[in-house]
Amino acid sequence: MARAIEVEQVTKRYRLGERADAYATLRATIARAFTPSPAPHREIYALRDVDLAVDEGEAVGVIGRNGAGKSTLLKILCRITAPTSGASRTRGRVGPLLEVGTGFHPELTGRENVYLNGTILGMSRRDIDRRFDDIVGFADVDRFLDTPLKRYSSGMYLRLAFAVAAHLDPEILVVDEVLAVGDAEFQEKCLGRMSSFRREGRTVVFVSHDLGAIGRLCERVVWLERGSVEADGPTRPVLDGYLRSVAPRSTRVDFAVEPERPVQLLSAFRTDESGVERDVVRRDEAMTLHFRFVARRPIPGLDVGVRLVSDDGVVVLDENLSDVEAERLGDSGEYEAAITVPPVLPAGTYVAHAWIGASSAGGLWRVFVDREALTVRLWPAASDGPESIARRRLVQPAVQWSVRPLGLEETRAGA
Amino acid sequence: MSRTTPERVQPDASRGVLVRPRKKARGVGWIENRPPGRIAGVHPRDLWAYRDLALFLALRDLQVRYKQTIFGVAWAVIQPLAGVAIFTFVFGRLVNVPSDGLPYPLFVYVGMIVWIYLSTAVNEAAQSLTEKSALVTKIYFPRILAPFAAALPGLVDLGISMVILGGFMAFYGIVPGVSALLFPAFVFALALVATGAGVWLAALNVQYRDVRYALPFLVQVWLFLSPVVYPTSLVDGAARYVFALNPLVGVIDGARWALLGAPPPGAAALVSLATGTALLVTGIVYFQRVERRFADVV
Repeated sequence: MARAIEVEQVTKRYRLGERADAYATLRATIARAFTPSPAPHREIYALRDVDLAVDEGEAVGVIGRNGAGKSTLLKILCRITAPTSGASRTRGRVGPLLEVGTGFHPELTGRENVYLNGTILGMSRRDIDRRFDDIVGFADVDRFLDTPLKRYSSGMYLRLAFAVAAHLDPEILVVDEVLAVGDAEFQEKCLGRMSSFRREGRTVVFVSHDLGAIGRLCERVVWLERGSVEADGPTRPVLDGYLRSVAPRSTRVDFAVEPERPVQLLSAFRTDESGVERDVVRRDEAMTLHFRFVARRPIPGLDVGVRLVSDDGVVVLDENLSDVEAERLGDSGEYEAAITVPPVLPAGTYVAHAWIGASSAGGLWRVFVDREALTVRLWPAASDGPESIARRRLVQPAVQWSVRPLGLEETRAGA
Repeated sequence: MSRTTPERVQPDASRGVLVRPRKKARGVGWIENRPPGRIAGVHPRDLWAYRDLALFLALRDLQVRYKQTIFGVAWAVIQPLAGVAIFTFVFGRLVNVPSDGLPYPLFVYVGMIVWIYLSTAVNEAAQSLTEKSALVTKIYFPRILAPFAAALPGLVDLGISMVILGGFMAFYGIVPGVSALLFPAFVFALALVATGAGVWLAALNVQYRDVRYALPFLVQVWLFLSPVVYPTSLVDGAARYVFALNPLVGVIDGARWALLGAPPPGAAALVSLATGTALLVTGIVYFQRVERRFADVV
């Protein structure tokens, strides 16, 4: 497999305040030329000695906190800005998706914008002619083709912008947080298109805060930390390491009191099976999630639920009290609900959502609380090897193995 | 039971890459992004690869301009005609400026359309990068295409003005001679001058906010230093060569000679050609030197 991207010892230094400073006035520049010792600039390193090699057909996710240098790296890959030292090389056409609808102009019609945006993203006019119908069909805006873009709804705008991007034909697709805009359906469409890019053997570099999306799309992840590569390797372990560094350490969250709410979540915490709060709970131990809440007036039919969502967005558990208890709550006062999750989930990070609602006449639910309450981490079992941790699965209950020989043939030793 | 961790699938493939000689990996097709050198060259291949983009940017400006204005294309007609009316009254009637034996309105009209093209193109070019900051910070393209593209839309207006000129000339009974065939050459020279000034100003404008305020003043001064409302023949002898250091002198004189049969521009035109070329070349060099910092600054 051949290389598609090589980044060698790339350093990018910004002078602090360059933005404001460089747009200086001529007078200031002239004045500076006559000043004996110019004030030294404070400098920051957006990237420092970054090395990266990506093979053709690889999908690489780039993660890191804000300001870690992710976007700068993409800009250097796309040649939008030059490195201060080092070099980056790309082979093949680069499709830069650093925002949706780059160059869209509100006064122009949908048709005109498709051509403009397509050209800006590197398509030739003939490419666009050929794909025009596909693009319009994909965006589902055929009736508005000759309407100025400023009359489009934001949904139509996004669909059109994405449709153009989706019909690019780059060898290397560089995507920056595009998914942050748009609704779930739109994001799903984006991800779907990106995975099909992958299947076609193209190279994808994808920056996102959405670790779930990264996990689904990329087999390899680069974790940037203050401008340097902190980790670079198979997705799962790198994501785990990153999560461990950013996840809140507390096993308990207290919520601000909002007295005007009829029902309110007060606190959420996690314990082991025996009710002891512990930092580390392993996947082969049961854990108990506790929710304290208050009902400030009697609410007949009150019900409480919990939803556990894995870091790639999968709901792995969604249980209500009413699923197992016929008796409903109803009196006003403080409650503590606890749910014990048996040891079936693989190691990883899960977000526990708390839900409190009441059924009313006609089967309609009135929802009082539905929010992320707690981020819980399940650590690998003591016996888990690194290879086992790296494998992905939805559940990991204690299973029984049995192997019995059914008559062995003799094999050569060391074969 | 399927064990599809990527690293298990491709160990041989990745080993292959490591063994592969460097030479091959850097073969044709690699595009490099390195720190800018002291003198960066223009990359004609790069410019050619992005020609569609330049055209579309020009087209966009044109479309937007005509869509947002009430009179649309009519502005291309009204603007020079209004100029002609005012200048004919002030300079033709009140001051009695000579016009090389040509009807003054016709004389000044040719100067006006050249002038309007220049000032529009230079203004657009000067702001081409700062206005496109959304593009500059989001995609790569040879930045110099922005001021280049800014010189294109004005040509459409110029074309429209030419139609009116035809009517003017018919009205005054002036038939263009064979020299009219050379007119496109002067339009080309005009575009070069406008691009040269535009490239300089675009690069300066990214770095210095002053440019935006100095620009109207600069353009105004340039108007009065150019033979728009008066003929070059008012400048005598050696002074004419100094006068022709303004590259517009050769362009306007040449256009009047080609279309209206005014006195030929003579050797002074070569001076204009030289300064015009120098303006463009130095502009490109300067632009390339500061180009790589644009995305960090705009």
